[in-house]
Amino acid sequence: MSTTAGTTASPTGLADPDELDLRLPVSYLADGHSVRSWLLTTDHKRIAILYAITITVFFFIGGAAATLVRLELATPEADVLRADTYNKLFTLHGVVMVWFFLIPSIPNTLGNFLVPLMIGARDVAYPKLNLISWYLNLGGGLLAVAALLAGGVDTGWTFYVPYSTVFSNTWVSLTVLGVFTTGFSSIATGVNFIGTVHLLRAPGMTWFRLPLFVWAMYTTSLMFVLATPVLAVTLLLVFAERTFGLPIFDPARGGDPILFQHLFWFYSHPAVYIMVLPAMGVVSELITCFSRRKVFGYTFMVYALVAIAVIGFFTWGHHMFTSGMSPYAALVFSFLSFIVAVPSAIKVFNWTGTLYRGQVGFESPMLYALGFVGLFTLGGLTGLFLASIPVDVHVQDTYFVVAHFHYIMVGASVSAYFGGLHFWWPKITGRTYPETWARFAAILMFFGFNLTFFPQFIAGYLGMPRRYHVYPPEFQIWNVLSSAGAAVLAAAYLMPLGYLTWSLLFGERAGNNPWDASGLEWRTSSPPPRRNFFGSPRVQGGPYNYHPEGVAPVHDQPRLPSRGSLT
Amino acid sequence: MVGRLMPESASLQAVLTDRIFIGLTIASALILALVVGLLLVFAIRFRRGSKADRHPLPEIVSREFEIGWTAATIFLFVFIFWWAASAEIGAYSVPPNAIEIHVVAKQWMWKVQGSNGAREINELHVPVNAPVKLIMTSQDVIHSFFVPAFRLKRDVLPDQQTEAWFQATKTGTFHLLCTEYCGTDHARMLGRVIVMEPEAYARWLSAQPEGDDLAHQGERLFSERGCAGCHAPGSAVHAPSLAGIWERPVPLEGGRFATADAAYLRDSILQPGRDVVAGYAPVMPSYAGLLDDGEIQAITAYIRALGSEPGVVRALGTPDLRSNVPGGVRERSPAMVPGAPVLDQPGPGVRP
Repeated sequence: MSTTAGTTASPTGLADPDELDLRLPVSYLADGHSVRSWLLTTDHKRIAILYAITITVFFFIGGAAATLVRLELATPEADVLRADTYNKLFTLHGVVMVWFFLIPSIPNTLGNFLVPLMIGARDVAYPKLNLISWYLNLGGGLLAVAALLAGGVDTGWTFYVPYSTVFSNTWVSLTVLGVFTTGFSSIATGVNFIGTVHLLRAPGMTWFRLPLFVWAMYTTSLMFVLATPVLAVTLLLVFAERTFGLPIFDPARGGDPILFQHLFWFYSHPAVYIMVLPAMGVVSELITCFSRRKVFGYTFMVYALVAIAVIGFFTWGHHMFTSGMSPYAALVFSFLSFIVAVPSAIKVFNWTGTLYRGQVGFESPMLYALGFVGLFTLGGLTGLFLASIPVDVHVQDTYFVVAHFHYIMVGASVSAYFGGLHFWWPKITGRTYPETWARFAAILMFFGFNLTFFPQFIAGYLGMPRRYHVYPPEFQIWNVLSSAGAAVLAAAYLMPLGYLTWSLLFGERAGNNPWDASGLEWRTSSPPPRRNFFGSPRVQGGPYNYHPEGVAPVHDQPRLPSRGSLT
Repeated sequence: MVGRLMPESASLQAVLTDRIFIGLTIASALILALVVGLLLVFAIRFRRGSKADRHPLPEIVSREFEIGWTAATIFLFVFIFWWAASAEIGAYSVPPNAIEIHVVAKQWMWKVQGSNGAREINELHVPVNAPVKLIMTSQDVIHSFFVPAFRLKRDVLPDQQTEAWFQATKTGTFHLLCTEYCGTDHARMLGRVIVMEPEAYARWLSAQPEGDDLAHQGERLFSERGCAGCHAPGSAVHAPSLAGIWERPVPLEGGRFATADAAYLRDSILQPGRDVVAGYAPVMPSYAGLLDDGEIQAITAYIRALGSEPGVVRALGTPDLRSNVPGGVRERSPAMVPGAPVLDQPGPGVRP
């Protein structure tokens, strides 16, 4: 942590200048142009790009389904979609967004790209496993899309039994198999990151010098590895009951449908943290960089991540307060759900504290990050409503819950994903993007999001149930507001697709460290070479060595040409 | 319509829930204002190039701040937990004099039957200011019984029974919604709860078509389906008597005890070999597939009507101790609505 190390090291020393090799190799993007060089690559950076392409496609598939859902809900009557079509669309939206966009979003794109760079490694620990994980994700996604094309599935993303096993006549098995397959991609990624962080840290990169993004990816990986197998087992049991008629959950044959809910939420509640911990990691990097300040309370931030990952495993029961669980069990789950909110609150205070006495800039990544803190705070506070049993009994399975988890999973996680994407875009692509457009999109996204989802809190408390394609007319005003917000939000989400594509084709060459950020990933060229670093990085200080007076971090190594594009 | 931000409050529970909801909303608004306020103030005051003081903070300040706001957050959250949980614990126990209503959910309708025999579909008539206990089961998938105005929700499970209770405090008509996704017409699985003044309720009740109450249906089934052949007193087959066992502990093989509640009776009908009463041979055949959910509810209601005092065999038709709305059609009168004195001695209409 000390910045006044030995006499030979510079104050913020990151690498030993003598070891740097200045014969610049080609960037990873230029290292082979054939399709084969992409599809059979073991380069973590190229795999990150492959993931980025697939999750973008899935994001817009899921978004299109949501658009139709919101269109239908603009009036209380069924005027656009039939009931079955509506049910298939919200199921598609949930399945695609959760498993094929949100869960792989930050870990598999930004995480894959950045974890080795941030710890000074040349690749992840198991590069071939990394490639396999992408194929598993793609294969699972194709199975799910095949189910969609074959006629869809109407169970909701939760696959509640006995509806999914005995009563639904749609393509449940195929979808379940798709999610099952993609689960292994999560496990592979988790194993890979755990291995990478344990084995491949550069000399001097101790655990408490890891950037918070790496800590976030590490704790997320632990959850991947511990929670996803439970999902795999659960879905396999659903598949077995549907396909081979094994009596497991079917109550008519002695099975227990509540068992399914316990198993499902044992995975799916930690999955919420799988979606939000990486976002917290991204935002920690952004806020500290654009405040030019060391993150406030680094060790507390680390412990908070670990605490969330651990306690998050013991709160699943709060999804089941109304299913007739023992009142004592409900109290325990309620208590733990309040406790898991404490480390999240600590993180919010620390992000706020980081701004204090900083040099705050309002570049687009910072706008996304500030938006994240606001939306995450509101999403987290409404989580307290859901942890309170009497309130949860009323709002369970209403739009209140829908609004709450969209604030966390979309408001917070997707904002952080876009923030991170803009922040590291120059590093990943070697290009800059039009900043004005990016700021406009960030602000539009924030307001569009709130307009879409805040009315749903009110509709939910008034009693509008979720998964209704027709509804009592008194809820219409809130649905009209929400649908109007969805239109704004759709426009805001389409804008980056436009200007980032423009940037890829026509954007200016980016500098190696356009934000003057600390961190090893900025100590190499943009985009980085196949082997990531020119020399062997050696770390001599903690992360976030931003000068308190707002000066750029001291560079202790020969500066790379600031426009050192190597493509 | 825009002015209505809170749903109508029409039950005892609604007042409790709203109190916690409003408390949480105020606390959340304050916290959100604090966080957003600090974010804005810091971001503007310490914007790049401003002349604000930027001397480094001593390390100790940071640690004290961390410990301070961690402790404050834990204290606040545990307080809210205690507040919400104590309200919930108080609401768990069903008042002993609650009217019992049996609810059977199926895709996509609500079938409701009072223990007094009134049958309804997608409607539930209840008197105001009287506790009502719902005993619910589903014939197919999981549904959920939701009355927003009562802040009441309970999942309805296939082949299992769940219970809930409420006490309406306002007359009127309220939404009954299904809130567990149950297939194509989930959004149309709607009903109405109609809360009436006690007199109006009594008139409504006596205007219902004649039909046996649930316990009498159960008694008929008990003999028709052959239960009585073994379980009636004096039967040749050695089987436990069912009189007076309701909600009492039953000794099982192996020294365990089970409570003879609805779940145990249901299991014993469908899987008789599972928990055999001590001293009896497992000779009973399973009735799975032979009795549907409604019939099992009827038989359960009959056994329940037989009472819960061992040795005191209550004859069917004796007004139940736990219900204020007794028996068959001919017994109904406005005097028998909730609040009327409980008839504890066998009345004139008692069968032998």
